[in-house]
Amino acid sequence: MNENTTVRDAVEQEYRWGFVTPIEQDTFSKGLSEEVVRMISAKKQEPDFMLEWRLAALRHWLKQTEPNWASVHHPPIDYQDMSYFSAPKKALKDLSEVDPELLRTYEKLGIPLAEREALAGVAVDAVFDSVSVATTFKDKLASLGIIFCSFSEALREHPELVRQYLGSVVPHTDNFFASLNSAVFSDGSFVYVPKGVRCPMELSTYFRINARSTGQFERTLIIADEGAHVSYLEGCTAPMRDENQLHAAVVELIALKDASIKYSTVQNWYPGDKQGRGGIYNFVTKRGECRGDNAHISWTQVETGSAITWKYPSCILRGDNSVGEFYSVAVTRNVQQADTGTKMIHIGKNTRSTVISKGISAGHGSNAYRGLIKVLPGADHARNYTQCDSLLMGAECAAHTFPYIEVRNPTAQVEHEASTGKIGEDQLFYLKSRGLSGEDALNMIVNGFCKEVFKNLPMEFAVEAQKLLSVSLEGAIG
Amino acid sequence: MLYIKNLHVAVEGKPILHGIDLYLRGGEVHAIMGPNGSGKSTLALALAGREGYDVTEGSVNFMGLNLLTMAPEQRAREGLFLAFQYPVEVPGVANVQFLKSALNARRVHQGLPELDAMDFLALVKEQLLQLGLDESLLYRSVNEGFSGGEKKRNEILQMLILAPALAILDETDSGLDIDALKIVAAGVNRLRDPQRAILLITHYQRLLDYIRPDHVHVLDHGRIVRSGGPELAQKLEAQGYGWLDDDLQQTIPGEETRP
Ligand SMILES: Nc1ncnc2c1ncn2[C@@H]1O[C@H](COP(=O)(O)OP(=O)(O)O)[C@@H](O)[C@H]1O
Ligand SMILES: [Mg+2]
Repeated sequence: MNENTTVRDAVEQEYRWGFVTPIEQDTFSKGLSEEVVRMISAKKQEPDFMLEWRLAALRHWLKQTEPNWASVHHPPIDYQDMSYFSAPKKALKDLSEVDPELLRTYEKLGIPLAEREALAGVAVDAVFDSVSVATTFKDKLASLGIIFCSFSEALREHPELVRQYLGSVVPHTDNFFASLNSAVFSDGSFVYVPKGVRCPMELSTYFRINARSTGQFERTLIIADEGAHVSYLEGCTAPMRDENQLHAAVVELIALKDASIKYSTVQNWYPGDKQGRGGIYNFVTKRGECRGDNAHISWTQVETGSAITWKYPSCILRGDNSVGEFYSVAVTRNVQQADTGTKMIHIGKNTRSTVISKGISAGHGSNAYRGLIKVLPGADHARNYTQCDSLLMGAECAAHTFPYIEVRNPTAQVEHEASTGKIGEDQLFYLKSRGLSGEDALNMIVNGFCKEVFKNLPMEFAVEAQKLLSVSLEGAIG
Repeated sequence: MLYIKNLHVAVEGKPILHGIDLYLRGGEVHAIMGPNGSGKSTLALALAGREGYDVTEGSVNFMGLNLLTMAPEQRAREGLFLAFQYPVEVPGVANVQFLKSALNARRVHQGLPELDAMDFLALVKEQLLQLGLDESLLYRSVNEGFSGGEKKRNEILQMLILAPALAILDETDSGLDIDALKIVAAGVNRLRDPQRAILLITHYQRLLDYIRPDHVHVLDHGRIVRSGGPELAQKLEAQGYGWLDDDLQQTIPGEETRP
C-alpha cells in the first residue's frame, strides 16, 4: 500500500456503472437527409418556422467539416451510419435486470429508490410518483408566470417565444455540432421567467425524470426577462446510460437587463471501458448572452463522464456592467479526453468575468483548458480574472492550458493564473499519518482542490458532486 | 512502548540511518539531538511510515505490534503521532474537517462512537484556548497561509486532540518565539502521563528547559553517538556539536590527544 498503488488503482478503476444491456429500439432508418429532418419535424407536429430553421441548419451543416482544432482524438464519425430519431426505448422489467454494481453506486450517492429505477432504465410509470410532484411544482411556477417545460411543449404552447429567442445566441450556423443539433434536435428544456420574477426554486431536469430520454441531440433555451432570476440544474450525479455514442447538445441562455441566470451541470455519461470503447462523445455548445445592462450569467460544471468532452460554456457580455462567470471541474481517467473551457466576450462597459477551472487527470486521461478572453473596443474598464489549475495523478496523464487573450481596449484588465501540480505525496502522507485511509486522504485533497468550484453549486448539488468525486475515485486503495 | 532495534534506513537508495537502538517506556520523555542532516527527521518519518524511507535492517516494536509492517494510517490509529518539522498545506480542506476526520478515524479504530460536530467543537475549542489559537484557524484550509508558529501550534493541537500513545515531535520548537515555545511545552506537558511516551527531536537545549526529558540521545551521521540524562543536553548547548567529532576521534587508538 503506497501512493503509487493509490494512483495506479485510481487510474485503472473500472467505470462502476458501465453496464450495458441490449435494448430493443424502434428507430428511423440510418442516415441524415432533408427527408429525415422533415420526418422529425412532422412527427413532432412542429410549426413551419421550425422546419425551415432545421432545414437551413442542415444545408449549412452539409457544407461543413468536423472541426479538428480541439486536442481530442477519435476515430472518424460516420454521420450517415446513425439514426436521428429514436422512439421511446423499451424499458427493463425491474431492478433485478440491472447491474448490481450500478445499484450500489446509486445507493452510495443516496439516490431515492424510485429514481434509481428510472435512471437505470426500468419501466417506472406505475410506481413513480414524480409525475404528481412535477405537476404540483408546475402549478406553483405557473402562478408566477414561469414557463418550464419540454422544448416540444414550448413549440406548441409558446411558439412566439421560441421563435423570438431560438438561435439568437447560438445561430444554426455557429459550428459543426451546433448546426447538426439545430437540424435534428429531439427535445430538451425551455424556461421563461417573466419580468421581475425571482424563480423560487432550483429548476432541475430532475423533475422531468420521465422525459429524460431526450439524450442525444438536446436543445435547451432559457430566458430571464428584465430583473428576473433563475437557477437551473442540468443532469444529475447519478450515472447515465445511453446507447447513443454521439451527443451534441446546444444550450442558449438569454439574460435581459438586471436579470441573472445560474446554470449548473453535473455530467456523468459513460466514459467507456479502460480503452475508451463504447464511451460517449459529448460535443456541446453552451452560450449565454447578457443582453441587457447589469445582467449576470454564471456557469458551473462538474464533468466526470464521457469518453470525449468538448464543451465551452461562454458568455457574451453585451450589456454594460454585466457579469459572466465560469466555474469548472473536469475529471479525466483511463483514456478519457476533455477539451473544455470558456469564452468571455466583453462588449459592454465595465463588464466583468471570472473563470475558475480545475482539471484532474489520471491514468492516460487528457485534460485541456481552452479559454478565450476577448475585450472589444467599446468595453471600457472590462475586467477578467482567470485561474486554471491542473492536478495530475500518475505519470501518464496530461494537462494542457490554451489561454487566448484578445484585448482591444486599453482600459481593460485581464489577469491569468495557472498552475499544474502532481497530487502531493506529502499531502497524502500527512493525512494518512493522522489516521485517514488512503482513499479518504485522496478524496479530501481532491475535494479541497475543487472547493472554489463546488461552493458555487447549489447546496444539495454540491454535496452530491462531492460524493460523486469520491465514488469516482473509489477503489483508489486496496 | 517503543522498542527500536538496529534500525537501518535508506532514502532513495542512500543509507541514512546505520543501526539505531532506542527503548522508550510508558511515561518517559526522550530527547534526540543532533546537527542538521544527522538523520533526525529520517528517523521520525521512518517511524511514521513515510513512503520511500526504506528500512533495510532492524525491527521496531510498538506496543507489542510490528510497526514496520503497518501502513501509516494504521500506525496513527494505534496511537503513533508525528508532529511534522514541515507541516503540509492542504488547500481547500478546512482544518476543522481534517481534525474531525482524523479523530474519528482513531475513535472508530478504538471501537468508540464517532464524535458529532457539537461534541467535537467543544473538545477542539477547549484546546484552541489553551494553545492561544484563534477559532478562525478551524475554518481556514489546513496549514495554508499559516505563519510558521501557527503551523507548529496546529501540530500540537492535532496531537492534543488525538491524544496519542507515542508522540514524536520533530523540531516543533524551531522558529517559535519564547512565548509560543512555552505554550507548546505546556501542551506537551499536559499530555505526559504514565501511559504515554514522547520522543522530542530538537536542535536546541531551549525546549528541554520546559519539557524535562528523562533521556537524551545524540544522533550524528545516522548513529546514536551518546546517550545520557538531561545534563547531556546542557553540555551540547554549552559546547556545540563540534566536540562530538573530536570526541569520537578519541576512540581511535593512538590519537588520544584531548583531555
Ligand atoms: N528525500 C531525500 N532524498 C535524499 N536524501 C535525503 C532526503 N531527505 C533527507 N536526505 C538526507 O538524509 C540525511 C538526513 O536528513 P534528515 O533526516 O532530514 O536530517 P535532520 O532532520 O537531522 O536534519 C541528510 O544527509 C539529507 O541530505
Ligand atoms: Mg529534520
